[in-house]
Amino acid sequence: MNTILENLNSKAIQLGIPLGVHLDVTWRCNERCVHCYLDHDDLGEMTYDEIEDLLTQMAAAGVFFLTISGGEPLLRTDLFAIIRRARELTFNVKLKTNGILIREKEAALIRELGVENVQVSIYSHRAEVHDAITKVKGSLNRSLDAIRFMVSQGLKVTIANVVMKQTRFDYPSVQKLAGELGASFTIDPTITPHINGDRSLLRLNIDRNDLREIMNDKTIAGEDQFIAVAPGADEDVMDSIPCSAGHSACYVSPYGDVYPCVQFPLPSGNVRQQKFIDIWKYSPQLEEVRSIRSRDLPVCSSCSHVAGCSRCPGLAYMEGSMRGPSTADCEKSFVKTGIPSANMLLKAAKANA
Amino acid sequence: MSEKYIKPSRDIAARMMVDEMVVMSVKDSRVFSLNPVASVIWSAADGFTPLREIVARKVVSEFDVDAEVAYQDALELVEELAQEGILLLADHPIGQERV
Repeated sequence: MNTILENLNSKAIQLGIPLGVHLDVTWRCNERCVHCYLDHDDLGEMTYDEIEDLLTQMAAAGVFFLTISGGEPLLRTDLFAIIRRARELTFNVKLKTNGILIREKEAALIRELGVENVQVSIYSHRAEVHDAITKVKGSLNRSLDAIRFMVSQGLKVTIANVVMKQTRFDYPSVQKLAGELGASFTIDPTITPHINGDRSLLRLNIDRNDLREIMNDKTIAGEDQFIAVAPGADEDVMDSIPCSAGHSACYVSPYGDVYPCVQFPLPSGNVRQQKFIDIWKYSPQLEEVRSIRSRDLPVCSSCSHVAGCSRCPGLAYMEGSMRGPSTADCEKSFVKTGIPSANMLLKAAKANA
Repeated sequence: MSEKYIKPSRDIAARMMVDEMVVMSVKDSRVFSLNPVASVIWSAADGFTPLREIVARKVVSEFDVDAEVAYQDALELVEELAQEGILLLADHPIGQERV
């Protein structure tokens, strides 16, 4: 990461500044992806005026990085007014979209408004596979057209490839496609539970062997990230925090609910009832999240991977405890090193007892 | 001597972090961190207040420095930021250019 950004993040954590916010402006969507963790009914989204007020509050609180997402954000007819206001308030705006509603005109407008990056999900280079996941015929071609329109405008576009059972062999081709289109590429090999807690979506996760292949693919992971066994746990490691959730970042739903992260659905307040800054500073839930250090984790603190694990506290929360292990991250640590996590050993011991 | 006018480019994102203005070019994602004096000048860059006046009002009074030295330093700074493409610099007031 850029040194200035590293320093910025450290400063934000030290001073308790919410540097980044992920704002879902709607959960409605024009796709019905088989792995989606959201409901798509409109249960009373924030109005433009409410969002404008929230943006003003967030700018005053120090929010700099604003990710606007959904659902499909372009289903809001006032999306461009929201982005325009956000840019007037000099946020760094990233947009996550499926691109279906982006044609030349919208691409030009997104560029004109100064959106820094647009992320589009592409599940497979094969239309029949991608479209079966989104349940929208023609969606791959629409999304790829959108990427072409945006790249031709000079926008930075990232293709996000969620790997699941149906697409486990496709990521190299999607990566190649991204290169041909002039887009960046990012991969996510983890399917997350539904935001309501339903874990049945996890059946779509790839198996351990496929995960191992991806985690050891140097074109994905880089040269050194997935080779070494995690270093030993020193005092710094035991005092470390797991990620930025609740420390320098949070999530706001279309209904004004504040969570530590989009993958950490711990209700921490609602901006329709309280000021954003009061939730950020004084919510007991966020205070609890901020209080947790590696040494406080009952299983993970004794794990040989504690220094190198990407343990997601949100996934752990959805497994039952924000201080507990996240099985998906145990799997990643295992396939990277061949060494079972403390959680895996514990489970094996229980099974053999 | 002509007056100089300054205004942030429309292609930037910026936020004051305590006393340090962080600026990012949304075109190429380069990030800049401005020191407290530069941050004060940036915050006052409205396109119509002459740079010399900004320096006199915001820098000389706040930071206890010689007015001419401060102005020359500020001029050097804004020329550099203009070269980086994150600040507009002109000999005339700069109108509504932001999104």
